[in-house]
Amino acid sequence: MRHRQAIAFLALAGLFVALYLWLHALGFGGPIKCGASGGCETVQTSQWAVFLGMPVAFYGVVGYLAVLVVALASLRPAALPQRQWNVMLVGLASVGWLSTIYLTYLELFVIHAICRWCVGSAVIITAIWIVSLLSLRFPATRIDPGVSQPLRGPPA
Amino acid sequence: MNRFYVVLTALAVVLGITVFALLRTGGGAPAAAAGPPPTVADDGFRGYSLGQGSAPVEITEYLDFECPVCATFATVQMPTIKEQLINTGRVRWKFRDFPLAVHKYSRFAAHAAQCAGAQGRYFEMQDQLFEHHQWAQTGKDPSNLFRSLGQAAGVDLNAYDACMKAGRYAQRIEYSRQEGDSVRVDGTPTFFANGRKLDFRRLPGSDDFKAIADSIIAHSPRH
Repeated sequence: MRHRQAIAFLALAGLFVALYLWLHALGFGGPIKCGASGGCETVQTSQWAVFLGMPVAFYGVVGYLAVLVVALASLRPAALPQRQWNVMLVGLASVGWLSTIYLTYLELFVIHAICRWCVGSAVIITAIWIVSLLSLRFPATRIDPGVSQPLRGPPA
Repeated sequence: MNRFYVVLTALAVVLGITVFALLRTGGGAPAAAAGPPPTVADDGFRGYSLGQGSAPVEITEYLDFECPVCATFATVQMPTIKEQLINTGRVRWKFRDFPLAVHKYSRFAAHAAQCAGAQGRYFEMQDQLFEHHQWAQTGKDPSNLFRSLGQAAGVDLNAYDACMKAGRYAQRIEYSRQEGDSVRVDGTPTFFANGRKLDFRRLPGSDDFKAIADSIIAHSPRH
Protein backbone atom coordinates (compact mmCIF):
# COMPACT_ATOMS: atom_id res chain seq x y z
CA MET A 1 0.00 0.00 0.00
CA ARG A 2 2.89 2.32 0.76
CA HIS A 3 4.02 1.88 -2.83
CA ARG A 4 0.63 2.91 -4.17
CA GLN A 5 0.51 5.91 -1.85
CA ALA A 6 3.98 6.96 -2.98
CA ILE A 7 2.88 6.63 -6.61
CA ALA A 8 -0.17 8.82 -5.90
CA PHE A 9 2.04 11.55 -4.38
CA LEU A 10 4.49 11.39 -7.27
CA ALA A 11 1.70 11.40 -9.88
CA LEU A 12 0.16 14.45 -8.23
CA ALA A 13 3.49 16.29 -8.40
CA GLY A 14 3.97 15.23 -12.04
CA LEU A 15 0.44 16.31 -12.85
CA PHE A 16 1.12 19.87 -11.74
CA VAL A 17 4.44 20.02 -13.61
CA ALA A 18 2.69 18.91 -16.81
CA LEU A 19 -0.24 21.21 -16.08
CA TYR A 20 2.06 24.23 -15.81
CA LEU A 21 3.77 23.39 -19.11
CA TRP A 22 0.44 22.76 -20.80
CA LEU A 23 -1.16 26.00 -19.61
CA HIS A 24 1.97 27.87 -20.66
CA ALA A 25 1.80 26.24 -24.09
CA LEU A 26 -1.80 27.46 -24.35
CA GLY A 27 -0.59 31.01 -23.82
CA PHE A 28 -1.32 31.54 -20.13
CA GLY A 29 1.23 33.52 -18.17
CA GLY A 30 4.37 35.15 -19.48
CA PRO A 31 7.72 33.64 -20.34
CA ILE A 32 8.26 30.22 -18.86
CA LYS A 33 10.07 30.22 -15.50
CA CYS A 34 13.14 28.27 -16.43
CA GLY A 35 16.25 30.22 -15.50
CA ALA A 36 18.32 32.25 -17.92
CA SER A 37 19.41 29.42 -20.19
CA GLY A 38 16.25 29.56 -22.29
CA GLY A 39 16.23 25.79 -22.57
CA CYS A 40 12.53 25.48 -21.84
CA GLU A 41 11.62 28.06 -24.47
CA THR A 42 13.79 26.25 -26.99
CA VAL A 43 12.11 22.95 -26.22
CA GLN A 44 8.60 24.37 -25.94
CA THR A 45 8.82 26.20 -29.25
CA SER A 46 10.42 23.38 -31.20
CA GLN A 47 8.43 21.34 -33.69
CA TRP A 48 8.59 18.39 -31.29
CA ALA A 49 6.60 20.27 -28.65
CA VAL A 50 3.38 19.47 -30.53
CA PHE A 51 2.09 15.95 -31.19
CA LEU A 52 -1.11 15.27 -33.13
CA GLY A 53 -2.07 18.90 -32.83
CA MET A 54 -1.76 19.06 -29.06
CA PRO A 55 1.11 20.31 -26.90
CA VAL A 56 3.18 17.37 -25.64
CA ALA A 57 2.57 18.57 -22.09
CA PHE A 58 -1.13 17.80 -22.58
CA TYR A 59 -0.28 14.11 -22.90
CA GLY A 60 1.72 14.45 -19.71
CA VAL A 61 -1.35 15.82 -17.94
CA VAL A 62 -3.46 12.93 -19.21
CA GLY A 63 -0.79 10.36 -18.30
CA TYR A 64 -0.19 11.62 -14.77
CA LEU A 65 -3.92 11.96 -14.21
CA ALA A 66 -4.41 8.34 -15.29
CA VAL A 67 -1.68 7.16 -12.91
CA LEU A 68 -3.17 9.22 -10.08
CA VAL A 69 -6.68 7.89 -10.66
CA VAL A 70 -5.49 4.28 -10.84
CA ALA A 71 -3.30 4.73 -7.74
CA LEU A 72 -6.23 6.19 -5.77
CA ALA A 73 -8.57 3.47 -7.01
CA SER A 74 -6.05 0.84 -5.96
CA LEU A 75 -6.05 2.27 -2.43
CA ARG A 76 -9.69 1.39 -1.84
CA PRO A 77 -9.89 -1.28 0.86
CA ALA A 78 -11.39 -3.79 -1.54
CA ALA A 79 -8.61 -3.21 -4.08
CA LEU A 80 -5.68 -3.41 -1.67
CA PRO A 81 -5.01 -7.14 -1.98
CA GLN A 82 -5.60 -7.22 -5.73
CA ARG A 83 -2.34 -7.53 -7.67
CA GLN A 84 -3.79 -6.40 -11.00
CA TRP A 85 -3.68 -2.78 -9.82
CA ASN A 86 0.09 -3.08 -9.47
CA VAL A 87 0.27 -4.52 -12.98
CA MET A 88 -1.83 -1.64 -14.29
CA LEU A 89 0.41 0.91 -12.58
CA VAL A 90 3.52 -0.73 -14.01
CA GLY A 91 1.93 -0.62 -17.46
CA LEU A 92 1.01 3.06 -17.24
CA ALA A 93 4.36 3.99 -15.72
CA SER A 94 6.24 2.08 -18.42
CA VAL A 95 4.41 3.91 -21.20
CA GLY A 96 5.17 7.23 -19.51
CA TRP A 97 8.78 6.30 -18.87
CA LEU A 98 9.43 5.15 -22.45
CA SER A 99 7.85 8.36 -23.77
CA THR A 100 10.10 10.34 -21.44
CA ILE A 101 13.18 8.47 -22.65
CA TYR A 102 12.31 9.43 -26.23
CA LEU A 103 11.60 13.07 -25.35
CA THR A 104 14.85 13.32 -23.37
CA TYR A 105 16.70 11.89 -26.35
CA LEU A 106 15.16 14.61 -28.53
CA GLU A 107 16.20 17.29 -26.06
CA LEU A 108 19.80 16.06 -25.80
CA PHE A 109 20.58 15.04 -29.37
CA VAL A 110 18.10 16.78 -31.68
CA ILE A 111 16.95 20.03 -30.09
CA HIS A 112 20.19 20.46 -28.12
CA ALA A 113 18.43 22.12 -25.20
CA ILE A 114 17.36 20.93 -21.79
CA CYS A 115 14.18 22.09 -20.10
CA ARG A 116 14.36 21.91 -16.32
CA TRP A 117 10.64 21.21 -16.06
CA CYS A 118 11.04 18.29 -18.43
CA VAL A 119 13.93 16.98 -16.34
CA GLY A 120 11.71 17.28 -13.26
CA SER A 121 8.97 15.32 -15.00
CA ALA A 122 11.51 12.72 -16.14
CA VAL A 123 12.70 12.24 -12.55
CA ILE A 124 9.11 11.89 -11.32
CA ILE A 125 8.03 9.35 -13.94
CA THR A 126 11.24 7.38 -13.39
CA ALA A 127 10.51 7.28 -9.67
CA ILE A 128 6.92 6.19 -10.37
CA TRP A 129 8.20 3.45 -12.66
CA ILE A 130 10.68 2.16 -10.07
CA VAL A 131 8.13 2.24 -7.24
CA SER A 132 5.55 0.48 -9.40
CA LEU A 133 8.08 -2.26 -10.16
CA LEU A 134 8.83 -2.57 -6.45
CA SER A 135 5.12 -2.88 -5.76
CA LEU A 136 5.03 -5.88 -8.08
CA ARG A 137 8.15 -7.41 -6.56
CA PHE A 138 7.17 -6.71 -2.97
CA PRO A 139 3.38 -6.57 -2.77
CA ALA A 140 2.04 -4.92 0.35
CA THR A 141 0.95 -7.21 3.13
CA ARG A 142 0.28 -4.66 5.85
CA ILE A 143 -2.89 -2.66 6.14
CA ASP A 144 -2.85 0.64 7.96
CA PRO A 145 -4.69 0.81 11.27
CA GLY A 146 -8.16 2.21 10.81
CA VAL A 147 -8.72 0.50 7.51
CA SER A 148 -11.13 -2.35 7.53
CA GLN A 149 -9.52 -5.64 6.62
CA PRO A 150 -10.74 -6.78 3.20
CA LEU A 151 -12.15 -10.22 2.74
CA ARG A 152 -9.46 -12.70 1.65
CA GLY A 153 -11.85 -15.27 0.25
CA PRO A 154 -15.34 -16.59 0.41
CA PRO A 155 -16.68 -17.20 3.89
CA ALA A 156 -16.38 -20.75 5.05
CA MET B 1 -5.44 6.21 5.56
CA ASN B 2 -7.30 9.42 6.37
CA ARG B 3 -3.98 11.09 7.05
CA PHE B 4 -2.84 10.07 3.58
CA TYR B 5 -5.78 11.84 1.93
CA VAL B 6 -5.28 14.93 4.09
CA VAL B 7 -1.62 15.14 3.08
CA LEU B 8 -2.46 14.46 -0.57
CA THR B 9 -5.09 17.20 -0.58
CA ALA B 10 -2.70 19.63 1.13
CA LEU B 11 -0.06 18.84 -1.48
CA ALA B 12 -2.58 19.43 -4.28
CA VAL B 13 -3.47 22.82 -2.82
CA VAL B 14 0.17 23.84 -2.44
CA LEU B 15 1.02 22.73 -5.98
CA GLY B 16 -2.08 24.44 -7.36
CA ILE B 17 -1.13 27.73 -5.71
CA THR B 18 2.44 27.35 -6.99
CA VAL B 19 1.30 26.83 -10.58
CA PHE B 20 -1.08 29.78 -10.32
CA ALA B 21 1.75 31.97 -9.00
CA LEU B 22 4.07 30.82 -11.79
CA LEU B 23 1.50 31.67 -14.44
CA ARG B 24 0.81 35.11 -13.03
CA THR B 25 2.93 37.75 -14.64
CA GLY B 26 2.86 41.42 -13.99
CA GLY B 27 2.30 44.13 -16.53
CA GLY B 28 -0.04 44.19 -19.47
CA ALA B 29 1.13 43.73 -23.01
CA PRO B 30 2.00 47.16 -24.41
CA ALA B 31 -0.05 48.94 -27.06
CA ALA B 32 -2.26 47.71 -29.85
CA ALA B 33 0.79 46.13 -31.43
CA ALA B 34 1.13 43.48 -28.74
CA GLY B 35 -2.06 41.51 -29.22
CA PRO B 36 -4.00 39.92 -32.03
CA PRO B 37 -6.32 42.35 -33.85
CA PRO B 38 -10.10 41.94 -33.65
CA THR B 39 -10.28 41.56 -37.42
CA VAL B 40 -7.83 40.36 -40.06
CA ALA B 41 -7.35 41.81 -43.52
CA ASP B 42 -5.05 40.92 -46.39
CA ASP B 43 -3.06 44.00 -47.41
CA GLY B 44 -1.34 42.06 -50.17
CA PHE B 45 1.96 42.01 -48.32
CA ARG B 46 3.77 38.67 -48.54
CA GLY B 47 6.89 39.25 -46.49
CA TYR B 48 10.19 41.05 -46.76
CA SER B 49 12.62 39.31 -49.09
CA LEU B 50 16.37 39.12 -49.38
CA GLY B 51 17.97 38.29 -52.72
CA GLN B 52 17.24 38.67 -56.37
CA GLY B 53 13.76 38.27 -57.80
CA SER B 54 15.19 36.00 -60.50
CA ALA B 55 16.68 33.53 -58.04
CA PRO B 56 15.55 29.98 -58.94
CA VAL B 57 14.91 29.03 -55.33
CA GLU B 58 12.68 30.85 -52.90
CA ILE B 59 12.97 29.90 -49.24
CA THR B 60 10.13 31.10 -47.05
CA GLU B 61 10.90 31.20 -43.36
CA TYR B 62 8.11 31.43 -40.79
CA LEU B 63 9.72 32.97 -37.74
CA ASP B 64 8.90 34.12 -34.25
CA PHE B 65 11.06 36.92 -32.89
CA GLU B 66 10.92 35.62 -29.32
CA CYS B 67 11.90 32.08 -30.35
CA PRO B 68 15.49 31.32 -29.28
CA VAL B 69 16.00 28.83 -32.10
CA CYS B 70 15.03 31.52 -34.63
CA ALA B 71 17.56 33.84 -33.00
CA THR B 72 20.26 31.18 -33.16
CA PHE B 73 19.46 30.50 -36.80
CA ALA B 74 19.48 34.20 -37.66
CA THR B 75 22.78 34.94 -35.94
CA VAL B 76 24.71 31.73 -36.59
CA GLN B 77 23.47 30.24 -39.86
CA MET B 78 22.05 33.17 -41.76
CA PRO B 79 25.31 35.08 -42.38
CA THR B 80 26.76 32.09 -44.24
CA ILE B 81 23.51 31.52 -46.13
CA LYS B 82 23.49 35.17 -47.20
CA GLU B 83 27.07 34.97 -48.36
CA GLN B 84 26.89 31.65 -50.18
CA LEU B 85 23.34 31.43 -51.46
CA ILE B 86 21.51 34.76 -51.38
CA ASN B 87 24.26 37.12 -52.51
CA THR B 88 25.22 34.70 -55.30
CA GLY B 89 21.71 34.94 -56.77
CA ARG B 90 20.77 31.32 -56.19
CA VAL B 91 18.28 31.81 -53.38
CA ARG B 92 15.73 34.44 -52.46
CA TRP B 93 14.78 34.42 -48.76
CA LYS B 94 11.35 35.53 -47.64
CA PHE B 95 10.43 36.22 -44.02
CA ARG B 96 6.92 35.60 -42.73
CA ASP B 97 5.72 36.23 -39.20
CA PHE B 98 4.43 33.37 -37.13
CA PRO B 99 4.14 34.67 -33.54
CA LEU B 100 3.51 31.77 -31.21
CA ALA B 101 0.86 32.07 -28.53
CA VAL B 102 3.34 30.98 -25.86
CA HIS B 103 5.38 34.13 -26.39
CA LYS B 104 4.15 37.28 -24.74
CA TYR B 105 6.11 39.78 -26.81
CA SER B 106 6.75 38.03 -30.13
CA ARG B 107 3.81 39.77 -31.82
CA PHE B 108 5.03 43.07 -30.41
CA ALA B 109 8.53 42.38 -31.74
CA ALA B 110 7.13 41.43 -35.16
CA HIS B 111 5.23 44.71 -35.14
CA ALA B 112 8.37 46.63 -34.25
CA ALA B 113 10.12 45.02 -37.23
CA GLN B 114 7.20 45.89 -39.51
CA CYS B 115 7.18 49.50 -38.33
CA ALA B 116 10.91 49.65 -39.00
CA GLY B 117 10.20 48.05 -42.37
CA ALA B 118 7.82 50.88 -43.20
CA GLN B 119 10.89 53.10 -43.04
CA GLY B 120 13.00 50.71 -45.11
CA ARG B 121 14.74 49.32 -42.03
CA TYR B 122 13.18 45.88 -41.65
CA PHE B 123 16.38 43.87 -41.95
CA GLU B 124 18.34 46.22 -39.72
CA MET B 125 15.63 45.92 -37.06
CA GLN B 126 15.48 42.16 -37.46
CA ASP B 127 19.23 42.01 -36.86
CA GLN B 128 18.87 44.15 -33.75
CA LEU B 129 16.05 42.03 -32.33
CA PHE B 130 17.92 38.77 -32.85
CA GLU B 131 21.39 39.97 -31.90
CA HIS B 132 20.12 41.45 -28.61
CA HIS B 133 17.87 38.55 -27.86
CA GLN B 134 18.25 38.79 -24.08
CA TRP B 135 14.98 40.72 -24.07
CA ALA B 136 13.20 37.46 -24.82
CA GLN B 137 14.50 35.88 -21.63
CA THR B 138 13.69 38.57 -19.10
CA GLY B 139 9.90 38.68 -19.43
CA LYS B 140 10.03 42.44 -18.96
CA ASP B 141 8.14 44.91 -21.10
CA PRO B 142 10.57 45.51 -24.01
CA SER B 143 8.94 48.72 -25.33
CA ASN B 144 11.80 51.00 -24.37
CA LEU B 145 14.44 48.50 -25.43
CA PHE B 146 12.81 48.13 -28.85
CA ARG B 147 12.88 51.91 -29.28
CA SER B 148 16.61 51.82 -28.56
CA LEU B 149 17.06 48.96 -31.00
CA GLY B 150 15.04 50.88 -33.56
CA GLN B 151 17.26 53.88 -33.07
CA ALA B 152 20.32 51.68 -33.59
CA ALA B 153 18.67 50.34 -36.75
CA GLY B 154 18.32 53.86 -38.10
CA VAL B 155 14.59 54.21 -37.51
CA ASP B 156 12.91 57.58 -37.03
CA LEU B 157 11.41 57.20 -33.58
CA ASN B 158 8.51 59.61 -33.99
CA ALA B 159 7.16 57.66 -36.94
CA TYR B 160 7.98 54.39 -35.18
CA ASP B 161 6.09 55.42 -32.03
CA ALA B 162 3.03 56.43 -34.04
CA CYS B 163 3.12 53.15 -35.96
CA MET B 164 3.41 51.08 -32.78
CA LYS B 165 0.75 53.02 -30.90
CA ALA B 166 -1.72 52.58 -33.75
CA GLY B 167 -0.91 48.90 -34.15
CA ARG B 168 -0.68 49.64 -37.86
CA TYR B 169 0.55 46.22 -38.91
CA ALA B 170 -1.29 44.05 -36.39
CA GLN B 171 -3.62 42.70 -39.07
CA ARG B 172 -0.76 41.99 -41.45
CA ILE B 173 1.02 39.96 -38.78
CA GLU B 174 -2.12 38.04 -37.90
CA TYR B 175 -2.74 37.36 -41.60
CA SER B 176 0.77 35.95 -41.87
CA ARG B 177 0.18 33.77 -38.81
CA GLN B 178 -3.08 32.46 -40.21
CA GLU B 179 -1.36 31.80 -43.51
CA GLY B 180 1.22 29.78 -41.56
CA ASP B 181 -1.59 27.82 -39.93
CA SER B 182 -3.07 27.07 -43.33
CA VAL B 183 0.21 25.57 -44.57
CA ARG B 184 0.64 23.62 -41.34
CA VAL B 185 3.43 25.55 -39.73
CA ASP B 186 3.67 23.91 -36.30
CA GLY B 187 6.79 25.51 -34.85
CA THR B 188 9.42 28.07 -35.55
CA PRO B 189 11.46 28.39 -37.59
CA THR B 190 9.66 26.48 -40.36
CA PHE B 191 10.98 26.62 -43.90
CA PHE B 192 9.48 26.14 -47.35
CA ALA B 193 11.47 25.79 -50.57
CA ASN B 194 9.49 26.97 -53.60
CA GLY B 195 6.34 26.25 -51.61
CA ARG B 196 7.31 22.79 -50.39
CA LYS B 197 7.60 22.36 -46.63
CA LEU B 198 11.04 21.27 -45.46
CA ASP B 199 11.30 18.80 -42.61
CA PHE B 200 14.53 18.87 -40.66
CA ARG B 201 15.42 16.63 -37.74
CA ARG B 202 17.63 19.39 -36.34
CA LEU B 203 18.29 23.07 -36.83
CA PRO B 204 19.38 23.29 -40.48
CA GLY B 205 22.56 25.00 -41.58
CA SER B 206 23.89 26.56 -44.75
CA ASP B 207 24.95 23.15 -46.09
CA ASP B 208 21.37 21.89 -45.86
CA PHE B 209 20.03 24.82 -47.82
CA LYS B 210 22.88 24.59 -50.32
CA ALA B 211 21.97 20.95 -50.95
CA ILE B 212 18.30 21.86 -51.37
CA ALA B 213 19.11 24.72 -53.73
CA ASP B 214 21.49 22.50 -55.74
CA SER B 215 18.81 19.84 -56.04
CA ILE B 216 16.11 22.29 -57.18
CA ILE B 217 18.41 24.02 -59.64
CA ALA B 218 19.60 20.67 -61.05
CA HIS B 219 16.01 19.57 -61.64
CA SER B 220 14.80 22.87 -63.05
CA PRO B 221 13.90 22.97 -66.79
CA ARG B 222 16.83 25.24 -67.62
CA HIS B 223 19.30 22.46 -66.76
